[in-house]
Amino acid sequence: MKNYLAIVLLVLAPAWVSAAGTGVILDEANIDPTNVQSLQRGARTFVNYCLSCHSASLMRYERMGKDLGIDEKLVSENLMFTGGKVGELMTVATASADAKEWFGTVPPDLTVIARARGVDWLYTYMRSFYRDDARHIGTNNLVFPDVGMPNVLWELQGSQEAVITTEKDHDGTEHKVVKLKLVEPGLQTPKEFDRTVRDLVNFLDYMGEPAKYERRQLGTKVILFLLVFLVLAYVLKKDYWKDIH
Amino acid sequence: MGEKWDKGLLGWIDARFPLSKMWYEHLAEYYAPKNFNFWYYFGSLALLVLVIQILTGVWLTMNYKPDAAMAFNSVEYIMRDVNWGWLIRYMHSTGASMFFVVVYLHMFRGLIYGSFKKPRELIWIFGMIIYVCLMAEAFMGYLLPWGQMSYWGAQVIISLFGAIPWVGDSLALWIRGDYVIADATLNRFFAFHVIAVPIVLLALVVLHILALHEVGSNNPDGVEIKKNKDENGIPVDGIPFHPYYTVKDIVGVVVFLIIFSVIVFFMPEMGGWFLERDNFIPADPLKTPEHIVPLWYFTPFYAILRAVPDKFLGVVAMGGAIFVLFLLPWLDRSPVKSIRYRGTIYKVAIGIFVVSFIALGYLGTQPATEIMTWFARGFTLLYFGFFVSLLFIPKFEKTRPVPDRVTS
Repeated sequence: MKNYLAIVLLVLAPAWVSAAGTGVILDEANIDPTNVQSLQRGARTFVNYCLSCHSASLMRYERMGKDLGIDEKLVSENLMFTGGKVGELMTVATASADAKEWFGTVPPDLTVIARARGVDWLYTYMRSFYRDDARHIGTNNLVFPDVGMPNVLWELQGSQEAVITTEKDHDGTEHKVVKLKLVEPGLQTPKEFDRTVRDLVNFLDYMGEPAKYERRQLGTKVILFLLVFLVLAYVLKKDYWKDIH
Repeated sequence: MGEKWDKGLLGWIDARFPLSKMWYEHLAEYYAPKNFNFWYYFGSLALLVLVIQILTGVWLTMNYKPDAAMAFNSVEYIMRDVNWGWLIRYMHSTGASMFFVVVYLHMFRGLIYGSFKKPRELIWIFGMIIYVCLMAEAFMGYLLPWGQMSYWGAQVIISLFGAIPWVGDSLALWIRGDYVIADATLNRFFAFHVIAVPIVLLALVVLHILALHEVGSNNPDGVEIKKNKDENGIPVDGIPFHPYYTVKDIVGVVVFLIIFSVIVFFMPEMGGWFLERDNFIPADPLKTPEHIVPLWYFTPFYAILRAVPDKFLGVVAMGGAIFVLFLLPWLDRSPVKSIRYRGTIYKVAIGIFVVSFIALGYLGTQPATEIMTWFARGFTLLYFGFFVSLLFIPKFEKTRPVPDRVTS
């Protein structure tokens, strides 16, 4: 029986892995959740560029400060633009009715966005805006076509344009290929900008589950304890069972 | 049992309540076959997971809000602001999936060793009712986090009731308490999930164990140990459950807890299989997710549902796939219980059944494209074909002689 099961699992395994794939090929974010400086830079980008329209209404400033090693005074002076107490949730001042009029939709809360979208999606999405004069906000996005959000990081990134070319494959079949080209440089070089987005995504990932680091630390201890317990339990069982044949 | 116990507190209790009697009947003098193997861990493990689910469930209830406007946020509140909330929540979500892992393996054990056969038909029936209750419990619990997949999963499954002729639409409306899944649905699902179904589950577990202890446990050889008793009336191949199987089950429990902890602490989403990505987006009645998938433990039946072109007949086939399991004791009439002494044809049939069940489980997670649907149809036929074949296999199957005593 065990053999049958093993065979079935082996045959199905590759299919299970590929089940996750969707249309666009995503760039790898390759975040480092243990890099506190990266998280701090990400937090700064987040409160400066995202938090004016998007809320993170399930996250507290205080928790962010504590986890990221930023003291309370710095948090309230440099990261809280709306005033209020440091123990408050990261809500947003924009009224949702206004947001709906400006963007066509209410910008989603970003607290757990990294868990819904995945870090690679966010990393690719934030770097895939391009000029599109056909749209009233002037930009579009390759990963999320016709998204209501403009490229809020344009001053850092600069402007990209979509270059559509046709490539022929071995059989002579034509394929439309879309590539993004930087046409107007921003304050950061492309490499610096990639790092900015990576830091931002790192922060979003942290915010999606602030307990992640604590969880892994505790897990190691729990499993080490259980392994010791397993040895004792096994010896106990062996001893009791020695006269059963 | 020493006389010194007749006095004192225990003696006082025993004169009023069968405490010692229960201890001896169900543990210290319950004789279980000595040849239990790997497959026999999953009964006690199912009990362990039930306890984990009830305890973590009670603590989750202390901070969860069964209100459509607050449910999603209250779960995140538990994950962030409640002390140890993340641990309790992950134990509960992992426990739900692991419950099905353990129960499926437990049922498979019963299937291959003929544990459902006479005189254990009622144990099997109680077990099957537990399984159905567990599905209801899991389904209603999955609505509570109020994410997109919670919402749309419930929408799809409840709309299935609408396929019943004449009364369908009113029935679906009555179940939801609204025209779509809404606050009323969330509230009643909460009531069923935390009160009604757990009470029924606990009662059924008691019945399941009482019925088992009445007739005694089966074993991998399918031999009745009660046929060979010594001068004291104790089965020669039996050993007291306590301490032998309690110390053995502790080993199983620790191994299980290690696997459980690896998931809880290092991969609580289990790559989207235990916690789906779309469920981190709050429920939105106006936005249907691209691809609605039930959790993995329902997907074999979901695949059968989608394999049938007609919606009502699909519901019938899905219900039938579960119902046919209830009939197992009367479908398989072979006098030989264990797969060890049954013919090759039976082993092949079991193999086909396992492959179809797993394949259907996989197909249920995939978009229903034409080729996938044809595969699902094929495996659905094989799934039901297995049960039909059980009626005929004993007629020409070459079984091997069953030994008088258990082998070690």
